[in-house]
Amino acid sequence: MMRNLIKFFAATLALVHFAAHAQMTVVPVVGGNGTIPIAVTNFPGESALPAGLTQVIRNDLDHSGAFKIVDASAVSPVPTEVGQVNFNDWKGRAPWLAIGSVAPAAGGRLTARVHLVNTADGSEKGAFAFTLAPNLSRVTAHKIADEIYERITGIKGFFNTKIAYVKKSGSRYDLIVADYDGQNEQSALTSREPIISPEWSPDGSKLAYVSFEQRKPQVWVHEIYTSRRTLVSNSKGSNSAPAWSPDGRTLAVTLTLSGQSQLYTIPAAGGEPRRLTSSGGIDTEPVYSPDGASIYFTSDRGGGPQIYRISSSGGEVKRVTFNGSYNVSPKVSPDGKYLVYVARESGLFKVRLLNLSSGLLEPLSTDTDKDESPSFAPNSKMILYATSVGGRGELAMISAPDGQIKQRLTVGGADIREPAWGPQGK
Amino acid sequence: MKRYVLPLLVAAMLAACSSTPKNNVPIKDATTTSQGNNNGADADRIPPVVAPTADEELMQGVLAKRSVYFDLDSFVVKDEYRSLVEAHANFMKRHGDRRVVIEGNTDERGSREYNLALGQKRSEAVRRALATLGVPDRQVEAISYGEERPKATGHDETAWAENRRADITYPK
Repeated sequence: MMRNLIKFFAATLALVHFAAHAQMTVVPVVGGNGTIPIAVTNFPGESALPAGLTQVIRNDLDHSGAFKIVDASAVSPVPTEVGQVNFNDWKGRAPWLAIGSVAPAAGGRLTARVHLVNTADGSEKGAFAFTLAPNLSRVTAHKIADEIYERITGIKGFFNTKIAYVKKSGSRYDLIVADYDGQNEQSALTSREPIISPEWSPDGSKLAYVSFEQRKPQVWVHEIYTSRRTLVSNSKGSNSAPAWSPDGRTLAVTLTLSGQSQLYTIPAAGGEPRRLTSSGGIDTEPVYSPDGASIYFTSDRGGGPQIYRISSSGGEVKRVTFNGSYNVSPKVSPDGKYLVYVARESGLFKVRLLNLSSGLLEPLSTDTDKDESPSFAPNSKMILYATSVGGRGELAMISAPDGQIKQRLTVGGADIREPAWGPQGK
Repeated sequence: MKRYVLPLLVAAMLAACSSTPKNNVPIKDATTTSQGNNNGADADRIPPVVAPTADEELMQGVLAKRSVYFDLDSFVVKDEYRSLVEAHANFMKRHGDRRVVIEGNTDERGSREYNLALGQKRSEAVRRALATLGVPDRQVEAISYGEERPKATGHDETAWAENRRADITYPK
């Protein structure tokens, strides 16, 4: 049933190939309880949708780090309009309540209507509706959860987003695109050779990555919804570490034309590289600041690897990290306030979060010790990273900047690495 | 090889001088040729040698060795690999049409992209050694696999040491 629906989904949208895999699920490790209690009642009529709606909405809000889900299963009859809500049911339990309904609409489609209620004063915080085809129930639930999250917190949600990662099964590598919660896994590329460093274009339509399919590291740009791929960097030596400029027109890459790994920029459609850094050692892992003005990168110019910053047009280089002897893999939060990176401390690899305005480290600490490849949710409130448990790669999330919520994305039997959180969905 | 030739010649000359009887017709040994030694083989047979192709040459002797190992956090080609690198440099110069790819590798610890750059330092060190020995730049490409293609898949120092290496490869 599920398989057929997903096939239908893939065929309908002419997307990338669907690969039948065990689905990943988000497992809370620590926390899982935010500070804002909210109840989401069942929506009468949602049983017409294969994935339902409200359980996905509750899961999203629960994963957000902001909300604490209050059980609403005992409420009967279920209200679908604000006027039907018995506020005594919620007094002292849930200051926020989401109610709704699903009804048939024209052309085999359905309409989901939602009311968001402030139970303290009985006011309606918002009403919104989505028309959907039944196979799009999951993405619709994510959109509803985003609306609820934004109306209450004032911050955009990250539920209608995609993540990319690499899955290794034996000698086979798949570049996977999935919903942020690991559901709806699809393989965009399968290869017998390694794939690393996927990075989303700012509009979410393309992935740049490093593939070794031609027996050397080369940078490709892959339009995931059309399968069109372009080899954009194939200079002599190694080509790696692509990073998109915020306008999507330029890629910063690492090339070895001078012998050492150095930063260059190239047009995202491919073209002549322009050298950005000149050091005697390694310069790699570039990432643009959200305003596009600077590029953060890893360099061993001072001995061990540390994070540095340079203007995206070149020039003077400033050192950014000073703690410890091994700091790598920087990413700037989309709000520009934080820099996440991986530090090696006493042989352990840990995600670290630097407050860029104060220059101080936030007390965020993961419960894992082989952390790699951190990236931010588009609202800067969650960090996705790779780790290794028992020699096998897994994905994990930690809320930012507080680090209070820790969750694992697990999938049976697979080795997963190189995650990248995509931009806000449409 | 050369050092054995002279004593043999001296011995042969001494034998020729001292043992030639004046009145008797010397009896010559026809079971050996004048050039070869008597090893029971057909006295007049010259064993043919087929010159090896470049690929066959690469399967033999020191050329069959293709891996240069590095110490932890080190990117210096150690002295013990001098003869290996020299043998490959000589081969490359004799076969100017053969493309050579030096593949750098690292152990699994740390950032994949940073490890790719560390592997490049190793392949670049071997490339520079070859260039110093006169191998033209156009013939050689130094690339890196970083931690992506471990030779040893364990998670201990023995496996890591096996993976800190640069491989000299000759793609077809």
